[in-house]
Amino acid sequence: MKLRLLAALTIAMMGGTAVAQNINAAGATFPNPIYNRWFTEYAQAHPSVHINYQPIGSGGGIRQVSDGTVDFGASDGPMTDQQLSQAKVKVMHIPTVLGAVVPVYNIPNLNKDLNFSGDVIADIYIGKIQKWNDPRIVKDNPGVNLPDHQILPVYRSDGSGTTYIFTDYLSKVSPEWQGKVGKNTSVKWPGPGVGQKGNEGVAGMVRQAPYSFGYVELIYALQNKMSYGTVKNAAGKFLKATPDGVTAAAAAAAKNMPADYRVSITNAGGATSYPISSFTWLLIPKQFSDAAKGKAVKDFLTWMLDKGESQAAAMGYAPLPVQVQAMVRKTIMTVR
Amino acid sequence: MSSPIISIAQKPRQTDPSGGSQGSPAQLDAPEAPKSPVRQFLMSRSSGKAADTTFSAIMLMCALSIFAIVLFILYILIARSKLSISQFGFKFFTRSAWDPVSGDFGAFPFIYGTLATSLLALLMAVPLALGVAVFLTELCPQKLRAPISFVTELLAAIPSVVYGLWAVFVLVPLMRDQLGPFLQKYLGWTQLFNGYNFGVGLLTASIILAIMILPIISSIARDIMLAVPISQREGVLALGATRWEMIRMGVLRNARIGIVGAIILGLGRALGETMAVTMVIGNHPEIPKSLFSPGYTLASVIANEFSEATGDVYLSSLIEIGLALFLVTIVVNAIARALVWAVTRGAPARAH
Amino acid sequence: MATNPFHTLPPPQDFAAGASPTQQTSRRVRLNRVRRHLWNHVVTGLAVLSTVIVIAPLVAILGYLIYKGASSLNLAFFTHIPAPVGEPGGGMANAIVGSGLVLGIASLMGIPVGIAAGVYLAEFGRGSWLASAVRFTADVLNGVPSIVMGIAIYSLIVMRQKHFSALAGGVALAIMMVPTITRTTEEMLATVPHAIREAAYGLGVPRWRTVLSVTLKTASPGIITGCMLAFARVAGETAPLLFTAFGNEFWSLRLNEPIAALPLQIYVYAISPYDEWHRLAWAGSLVLIVLIMVSVTLVRIYANRGVLKGAS
Repeated sequence: MKLRLLAALTIAMMGGTAVAQNINAAGATFPNPIYNRWFTEYAQAHPSVHINYQPIGSGGGIRQVSDGTVDFGASDGPMTDQQLSQAKVKVMHIPTVLGAVVPVYNIPNLNKDLNFSGDVIADIYIGKIQKWNDPRIVKDNPGVNLPDHQILPVYRSDGSGTTYIFTDYLSKVSPEWQGKVGKNTSVKWPGPGVGQKGNEGVAGMVRQAPYSFGYVELIYALQNKMSYGTVKNAAGKFLKATPDGVTAAAAAAAKNMPADYRVSITNAGGATSYPISSFTWLLIPKQFSDAAKGKAVKDFLTWMLDKGESQAAAMGYAPLPVQVQAMVRKTIMTVR
Repeated sequence: MSSPIISIAQKPRQTDPSGGSQGSPAQLDAPEAPKSPVRQFLMSRSSGKAADTTFSAIMLMCALSIFAIVLFILYILIARSKLSISQFGFKFFTRSAWDPVSGDFGAFPFIYGTLATSLLALLMAVPLALGVAVFLTELCPQKLRAPISFVTELLAAIPSVVYGLWAVFVLVPLMRDQLGPFLQKYLGWTQLFNGYNFGVGLLTASIILAIMILPIISSIARDIMLAVPISQREGVLALGATRWEMIRMGVLRNARIGIVGAIILGLGRALGETMAVTMVIGNHPEIPKSLFSPGYTLASVIANEFSEATGDVYLSSLIEIGLALFLVTIVVNAIARALVWAVTRGAPARAH
Repeated sequence: MATNPFHTLPPPQDFAAGASPTQQTSRRVRLNRVRRHLWNHVVTGLAVLSTVIVIAPLVAILGYLIYKGASSLNLAFFTHIPAPVGEPGGGMANAIVGSGLVLGIASLMGIPVGIAAGVYLAEFGRGSWLASAVRFTADVLNGVPSIVMGIAIYSLIVMRQKHFSALAGGVALAIMMVPTITRTTEEMLATVPHAIREAAYGLGVPRWRTVLSVTLKTASPGIITGCMLAFARVAGETAPLLFTAFGNEFWSLRLNEPIAALPLQIYVYAISPYDEWHRLAWAGSLVLIVLIMVSVTLVRIYANRGVLKGAS
């Protein structure tokens, strides 16, 4: 009798019961706050589907979905052609929201927002600008009493889409950066600094270490009440990141969206465009091996367009432009 | 299932006079309920040659599983790192590069970081560990011995991630705000404390590593010192030595080899330590120029970058690092265990 | 025989009173003696000091842990799953249960294999070169970094199966338990007096029965001790689970799916910026430490009781 009970329990634990369908996903930390909220709400609305999302970084999302060890991935750095061709599972990009990468810093007793030019940021990470009261930073911030103290740059130690967006922007505004470093989810940081894991790690480090400087997704700066600065855009204006600024940056791209949705909107033209903006994508397999999972994911994506997008602005992300939403709706139909 | 010995002891007079080979003694006192074949087999007293051989074969296989585990790990690490071995060759370990964009990988900064943190940790831990070992074996009053040794073993029981948590929230601010400026002020002339101090870095990682390897070195050193025959101690005391001289000449001199073994064991542990170091080393893949600079160790780079290494060469390079770590810790541990065994050969085993 | 077997010493000279014919020697001897005793005291002091320095971090860590973690331990912690990012509340219930499951799988696989290997070393292989080799290898395997185990199991199980799973996490922890259990089992079995075994053989009990019902039973307190030690050791391991169990936001008891684990969650929360998560990390660490300390303390108590009191 006991043996039978034990056997039944083991079988139940092996996943024989169809209580809840477990879908595993992994990827970017950039959109994790909103994905986390979406997946939790979706699970509450549809208790039979659990989408387990692990924010391990965009690089992780790309790798795991390419290997097939998770059901879908997420990344804010689009996959390169080489990555797409080498992947064991063929995936397509589906944009979900737009977000902004902001420069965060921790200067004790300073309550003002600092202005940063693109080349200044690049040179901080290259190591050319070492102190907070460097003349170039002072020039952009007249009247601010900047301390004579070394800057501690913080970057991502893991493969990160946020890094991709950030380095994509830096490559556009600093030729030296383009030549020395380039853009990727994981780069060789040329100057001094410390690496931390995930947007959370960078935000955590900057929060705790005085005189540090880092780059995180907007929501992380907002949620942790950190100081974040303005960035000079292509039109020469210093802008603080807002969902509107991000939407403005995407305006041109929205009109000419390529079919695979891989597009870069950093350093976009326009007076109100925030320069370090980007789409973020879900990497959905073109063909699911498990049809039930495919259907569940398809349902989620539809829910996302109907209900999820409206939550974006409250969390500091920008919803997809209307034209893009229409395109995505058609693409979702092809998920099998 | 009652032991045959006990049942025989309890009922000595019910031994079957016709000989002991017919049925089990336990059947004589149990009520005659039909027994399952399994139970019958277990209770039988057959010559059991087949059962013995099967049993010892099963035990042998389980023992060989230990070899199997080691061989399997070796095989899989070699198989998956073939790509980067063929691409970079042995120079992989002497080059300083880690550029996922261009696919250029060289593991020297990690080797440097691992060695630097481990040796620094040993430097800090060994005197303390030996001091504790000496105290506990020779100087401690009998009543305090058990509690204090228990407390030092508790240090070994704390998981690595908890050490890391404590280090991030207590040690790093301490280093940044108090310890760092103190060291810079008084020891800055050594040129070891240049550069800016942000709390995370080589020194912090070494300190937390030292705390973690202390209990191992101390515990094994204690075993070694207990294994020295008491006659040695008495002989030196009889010649008029002070207590310290007795320890030095009678115990430590004889236990030299074993203590070296204990230290190398601590080194082995330090080389492979992952979680606590990852959280405080700063993750900067360059050779640190001062004790305050951030660095990177072999184990940390695997922990940080393994699950997201896109591209086969990247992944293969990380697995090659894992292979190197595996081989190095095996060699280090083998040497250490050989040294320890040489001294404790004759001593009784102690559960630890 | 006129030889006096007892050598008579000259009467001890009172050096302190300056009775020696050569004052130089006496002062040198005196200074020497003082120096030696001084050194003795210095070293004693250093040994005591180092013990204090060693105990200090332990007290500091435990104290801080209790101070930070105890306030966050409430019923919600043990019954709720994590709240969405940035929101207060929530707990680590799924991580605790997940840890329990993974450790259960690991114990189920590791303990029998470990004990069997220990039995082989102690009973069947005494003195053979194979046994020495196995013993040595087990000791060496103990020192292999846990992250290497993690990536090996990832390559073996996760990549083949195409998903992370609690099973893979359990296997990774099991292969870490086996060497420890093997060695402690062997040592415990070696302390069982031969007389007990011989008594059983003398009564005609086959070898395998002797080992199972006599030797193992006698040594069982010690063997249980060893198992608990191994259990406590792997309970806190994070690195092997990073790439095998992977973590799960929801309740999950399935062996074939990713699963949350307490040390994993602590790691993720510790490096995050959210105060709420830091709070949970401290509470989780406290729970983990309490679990481990209880096991270690029980080990200590058990090792002093039982049939073989005084044998270790």
